[in-house]
Amino acid sequence: MLLWLIPLLPFAGFLINGLFGRRLSKGVINAVAIGSVVLSFAWVVKTVFSINLDAANTEHYFTWIQSGSLNIGCDMSVDRLTAIMLLVVTGIGSLIHIYSIGYMAHEGGYYRFFSYLNLFMFFMLVLVLAANYLVLFVGWEGVGLCSYLLIGFYFDKKFATNAGNKAFIVNRIGDFGFSLAMFYIVRNFGSLDFGTVFRAAPGASEATLTTIGLLLMLGACGKSAQLPLYVWLPDAMAGPTPVSALIHAATMVTAGVYMTTRSWVIYTHAPAAMNVIAIIGIATAFFAATIGLAQNDIKKVFAYSTVSQLGYMFVGVGCGAFSAGIFHLMTHAFFKALLFLGSGSVIHALSGEQDMRNMGGLRKKIPWTFWTMMCAAVAIAGVPPFSGFFSKDAILVAANHHAPWIFWLGVFTAGLTAFYVFRAMFLTFFGEYRGHAHPHESSPVMTIPLAILALLSLGGGFIAVPAFLGRFFPTVEVPEDFTLVAISVAFGLGGIALAYWIYVAKPGMADSIAGSFKILYTAIYNKYFVDEIYDATVVKPVVNGSRAVLWRGFDVGLIDGTVNAVGALAKRTGSVLRLLQSGNIRSYATWVLFGSVIVIVVFELGGGMR
Amino acid sequence: MSEIPISWFLTLSAVLFVLGVAGFLFRRNIITVFMSIELMLNAVNLTFITFSYHWKQVDGHLFAFFVMVVAAAEAAVGLAIILTIFKNRSTLNIDEVETMKN
Repeated sequence: MLLWLIPLLPFAGFLINGLFGRRLSKGVINAVAIGSVVLSFAWVVKTVFSINLDAANTEHYFTWIQSGSLNIGCDMSVDRLTAIMLLVVTGIGSLIHIYSIGYMAHEGGYYRFFSYLNLFMFFMLVLVLAANYLVLFVGWEGVGLCSYLLIGFYFDKKFATNAGNKAFIVNRIGDFGFSLAMFYIVRNFGSLDFGTVFRAAPGASEATLTTIGLLLMLGACGKSAQLPLYVWLPDAMAGPTPVSALIHAATMVTAGVYMTTRSWVIYTHAPAAMNVIAIIGIATAFFAATIGLAQNDIKKVFAYSTVSQLGYMFVGVGCGAFSAGIFHLMTHAFFKALLFLGSGSVIHALSGEQDMRNMGGLRKKIPWTFWTMMCAAVAIAGVPPFSGFFSKDAILVAANHHAPWIFWLGVFTAGLTAFYVFRAMFLTFFGEYRGHAHPHESSPVMTIPLAILALLSLGGGFIAVPAFLGRFFPTVEVPEDFTLVAISVAFGLGGIALAYWIYVAKPGMADSIAGSFKILYTAIYNKYFVDEIYDATVVKPVVNGSRAVLWRGFDVGLIDGTVNAVGALAKRTGSVLRLLQSGNIRSYATWVLFGSVIVIVVFELGGGMR
Repeated sequence: MSEIPISWFLTLSAVLFVLGVAGFLFRRNIITVFMSIELMLNAVNLTFITFSYHWKQVDGHLFAFFVMVVAAAEAAVGLAIILTIFKNRSTLNIDEVETMKN
């Protein structure tokens, strides 16, 4: 099967572009970067459609850790879940790489961008193909690194490097949970291999499995931006837009969903942990959706939308509808990548403007962007028969079966989603143009990927993912209830209508509503002051505490103090012994006498000369 | 000699030694210091001979010979050093030979 080719082709692209990119022409850089990802996609297609996905397709490359009874190898495997993830990652990755040729055409550090993007693809593919938790963790950490590198791509801007730091540090908190989970797994099952662990899991105690499940979820909260570790994702919009599309919409942030879905055996035997996941998911979905209602930066709206939609995926996982969660992962990759790439096209057209208050009336000027983004918008709003409708409906029906309050909150959030997405669309594309730039349509290298993604957003719902994955996961028999579907569609259409009324039919109404609900508006506009709260309660105490106690107290006081004290002691002893060497012959004579007297006394006391 | 207890000889020897030490430490003239050193050596010789007579063994006498040989050699070398110091510094005051101070 040569599974190693799939991640290694982008890695080769990273090496070539990274090491020699400075001297290569743009054409060669493009060919290497895009070619490696497209070839990887081709190999994925060939592999997925040629092997039997229900067999154990594991390839063992080398033994990484061999210590006592613990044996961890570098293993890769492909099954139905992996197949979907591989297709999504390499497919959307290829489209975004092609788009980036146009978007980054006038930016500095061209080769650096593509080499980082290829490195990201390598790590993400390692994550997806991994057959044990440790190789998955390698990919997990690697995509975190690439996220940091790419968010801080414009490293001369302080807010970009700060955002990169924030992303990496907050991720590390989640990784701590993941590491603890891995230690716990090794302790209880003696191995990190998926096959071994999942065969042994049903026999373990529920408390053990719940602990493992909760710790894994902590890791997923960090990587997939759930409460309380979502704060890095909106700031990550400081990176170039293709990065936002690829990493923070379609692939990296879905790693948490993938990991929890991969561990479904553990979760199905730990219902308490699944409940927690569902609650975290729906809480995040609702919370982020409310913040997205008032944002003015177009990328921030979609960033909060991503957090919210990831919440939906976790609701799917938490309610036992694993294939629904993965289905939503796939459709979300389509329409969210499209929304981001489209907004990138808008920003590109306006020469860098991101504030929606300075946009408007662009639908005649950049029609391709407008129509493709509209496809994504109706998909995310859950309008039938587009892709978002199918995947969201599958999750909501499963949620109702698990706990009806989650269904109602989810439906309300779906309404909010439709509202803020169409608010963004109406502010950007309708009305009068309020800015000062000269909008021009983007080149085909940018619009063709948009078109492909639009087709996928519209028709993706007909890709029979739940049926495909139904043979992999335990099926949750949920009766298809038409009234629930109707309710969710109604909320979605209601959200669109409300957005139209407020922003197109009666402009100015938005400001008056904001004025009447001033406190609420201030809260959501300032993202509930979460960043400020974290800064005051966590960051400042830790930093100041470290400065006062660990730095001044331990490092300077204790450690440096000890070393300095040893030196001072040596100096003092030396200055005392120096008095012996006075240059005065009579004092030498005195010391000789004194010393010989002491020697004789000591000898006598010690037993004499016998 | 058989009626004189050896403690007398040993006391004499100790007193001579102490006088020698005192002269060694407290006199300023280099030649006086050397004379005190010879006094100390002779006191030790006396002790050796006393014990040798007491235990009726010849080891003490032999050691006294060694001490005398060493004393002679040391006196020769010491006087040579004193002459050189006097030639260079025109003084026999031991406190003024202190260029190694500090």
